Amino acid sequence: MFKKLVTGAAFALALIPAASFAAGGGEQHIEDFQFSFEGPFGSFDQNQLQRGLQIYTEVCSACHGLELVPIRTLADEGGPQLPEDQVRAYASDNFSVYDAELDDDRPAKPTDNFPGSALETAPDLSLMAKARAGFHGPYGLGINQIVKGMGGAEYIASLLSGYTGETKEEAGTTFYENKAFPGGWIAMAPPLSDEQVEFIDGHANDLHHLSEDISAFLMWTAEPKMMDRKQAGLVGVLFLILLSVLLYLTNKRLWAPHKGKKLH
Amino acid sequence: MSGIPHDHYEPKTGAEKWLHSRLPVVGLIYDTIMIPTPKNLNWWWIWGIVLAFCLVLQIVTGIILVMHYTPHVDLAFASVEHIMRNVNGGHMIRYVHMNGASLFFVAVYIHIFRGLFYGSYKAPREITWIIGMLIYILMMGTAFMGYVLPWGQMSFWGATVITGLFGAIPLVGEPIQTLLLGGPAVDNATLNRFFSLHYLLPFVIAGLVIVHIWAFHTTGNNNPTGVDVRKGSKEEAEKDTLPFWPYFVIKDFLGLAVVLVVFWAIVGFMPNYLGHPDNYIPANPLVTPAHIVPEWYFLPFYAILRAFTGEVWVVQFASFVTGGIVDAKFFGVLAMFGAIIAMALAPWLDTSSVRSGKYRPQFKWWFLLLVIDFFALMWLGAMPAEEPFATFSLIASTYWFAYFFVILPLLGVIEKPDAMPATIEEDFNAHYGKKSEATPAE
Amino acid sequence: MSHAEDHEGTRRDFLYYATAGAGAVTAGAAIWPLVNQMNPSADVQALSSIFVDVSGVEPGTQLTVMFLGKPVFIRHRTGAEIQKAQEQDSEAVGNLPDPVARNANITDQAAPASDENRVLPSPEGEAPGAWLVQMGVCTHLGCVPLGDAGDFDGWFCPCHGSHYDLAGRIRKGPAPENLPIPPVRWDNGLTLKIG
Repeated sequence: MFKKLVTGAAFALALIPAASFAAGGGEQHIEDFQFSFEGPFGSFDQNQLQRGLQIYTEVCSACHGLELVPIRTLADEGGPQLPEDQVRAYASDNFSVYDAELDDDRPAKPTDNFPGSALETAPDLSLMAKARAGFHGPYGLGINQIVKGMGGAEYIASLLSGYTGETKEEAGTTFYENKAFPGGWIAMAPPLSDEQVEFIDGHANDLHHLSEDISAFLMWTAEPKMMDRKQAGLVGVLFLILLSVLLYLTNKRLWAPHKGKKLH
Repeated sequence: MSGIPHDHYEPKTGAEKWLHSRLPVVGLIYDTIMIPTPKNLNWWWIWGIVLAFCLVLQIVTGIILVMHYTPHVDLAFASVEHIMRNVNGGHMIRYVHMNGASLFFVAVYIHIFRGLFYGSYKAPREITWIIGMLIYILMMGTAFMGYVLPWGQMSFWGATVITGLFGAIPLVGEPIQTLLLGGPAVDNATLNRFFSLHYLLPFVIAGLVIVHIWAFHTTGNNNPTGVDVRKGSKEEAEKDTLPFWPYFVIKDFLGLAVVLVVFWAIVGFMPNYLGHPDNYIPANPLVTPAHIVPEWYFLPFYAILRAFTGEVWVVQFASFVTGGIVDAKFFGVLAMFGAIIAMALAPWLDTSSVRSGKYRPQFKWWFLLLVIDFFALMWLGAMPAEEPFATFSLIASTYWFAYFFVILPLLGVIEKPDAMPATIEEDFNAHYGKKSEATPAE
Repeated sequence: MSHAEDHEGTRRDFLYYATAGAGAVTAGAAIWPLVNQMNPSADVQALSSIFVDVSGVEPGTQLTVMFLGKPVFIRHRTGAEIQKAQEQDSEAVGNLPDPVARNANITDQAAPASDENRVLPSPEGEAPGAWLVQMGVCTHLGCVPLGDAGDFDGWFCPCHGSHYDLAGRIRKGPAPENLPIPPVRWDNGLTLKIG
């Protein structure tokens, strides 16, 4: 019977692209960047996040949005941690938002979220660093994630620095060849280039560094509570180990008379 | 409660008697907590407590998440991010709930396989086993509907694909699917009812858990030897058992604490590892993610679902016999549910008179192969449906059914069991010295 | 009971207490976040202070803004109003229904309800007493009083007829207290920070 219906129309639909993804995935090249927030004790680099914010503001925000990120969180500890008056100025200088009460646009306040994407085809970047953590190699076991600490930030940085310079036209759209993008051709024109953004402190601004900084910033927008989480994780693990040891001793002592062992 | 003879609660003071004659709740709790438990239980027996803990954990964290979550297609995704960013400690509570589901399934799988190895399903514990299977099925339903709530891409497409299974049922399938979804496709109505059911089902599970415990408190626990506790007299029973409190409570808590170390490390350091990144993209009915994969705990059965394609002769045969009613899609659905039903039928498929796998020399190997098969199916479920994975899936699925429908019935007839200890006491003392009289802790 | 047994018993007890204690601490640490999550979330807390641009509020007008879900009256008083308020001050202090200032910005909770104790310090270049900021919620049953109304030219609550004077003090009617003054200060000469 030539009925390659697989097990059902839905599954067939779901899995045929899956196969091509797997094939394309093999050619994907994701560079393993070393970010300060990797590992159980890693934390965000405040200066890097501030540089990333500058890159986002000057470059990315032209098309992309961060609609899930409240602007006030730029002042939060563990994040870019800008002083509050700077956050207020940043909000009103850079963005305006629609206010339903006024039925008009007004300058953004820290309590507002960043605006959404300006271009329909540009996805929102709020969670991009978590949504693009999916190169679960090798063999779909996600070992790279555990061993090398590779995640969405690596993907974004690799993507931004992964343009080869080749382009092609397809159905009226220009595609740019990119080593990190699944399938190898992406519709987004190379957004960053060497020395595109100048930092006040004169920090290195070649493409590689810019990619790294914006990726770190986007990791923060996706997971702003990462430091809190790791701290809670560490305290909890240590305490549960202590509890386990105490329970082990209690259990041993409790059972000793029944296991024919003498209590000293 | 019938079962193993032991001391029951005796009200002493006037107030205790007053209450006991009206509502014997203290007696019920006492009998439950002090239940005589086979003293040779090994570490595979801690997972029941882990499961009870998981149920409480998921209900408590779930109720909290509901305080901040909005079940509406336009707001659900943002409300989850509100929990992650704004609610005090909300990110931890959500990660605990998310990974709590995984812990729940880790525990339930170990618990089930423990039962399969030590013959916990066999008479007289068939009801315990069947209730357990019902709990497991409800857990899967609850977990599936919970995964839809964040309304990410995997939520949406997972719901689309899984409810599509019901559409495979001949004749009534499509009306059932429409009924489940509340419309022609997954939409706001679906989200709202899944939310309602996701909140309801855990309480149904809690009720079934009580019945589950009731059932095995009536028959008494199984134990690694499968040998029954002597029930002739209280004195005899006390040689085989120790009260649940404090001996097994402390032991189980120790097991739980060690499990929680690992759990908490995952929550703290890699909370998204077991999830799917695509679920951080808001649901979009126009764009299907490249790779739809269910959560890891569904993968073995997902692999079975996909294994039976139209090219497999069994499927072609079934299609021919039923005049095309059972097509490949429906066959896959039947196989998936059949794989679970096969487990549920184990008490009647296993013909061996020996309960514990410890004393079954051939069974041991077949069982080990079943465990490997389970992991293989889990991995295959995540792989794309192409060669060689398709063939592997078919072989692995076949073994799953063969184990329950061929090996279990046959082994009972052809296998010669090893020598078994006469009593639990004998087994216990063989491990731990020679003291024949258990002296209570002074 | 031998000495050795006694010693052993103590050690065993200590272990049991330590374990029970550690268990209790774990449970407590787990329960606190479950309670704390009900406290106002970060987005709500962020609204606990607001910045109001008052550069457009001319003398003799009032701006009403929402703060913590309730209206706040920001009154820019004219010279005549300041004078009138001071007259009211001298006639009222001593026989006010509520003699206390109700001003969150002064530390002395028992400070008398003089006009001086209720107004906002004026920015440079403005007469003292030009700005009065107070919650626009009647202290009787929570209605919103009307401005420029009532027997004392201040505020008048239409619900049950409470009259407030130009300093927002209750003068007549059922309301028990003066209109409360929220924490407020100048962020710069044009912007008020409330909260």
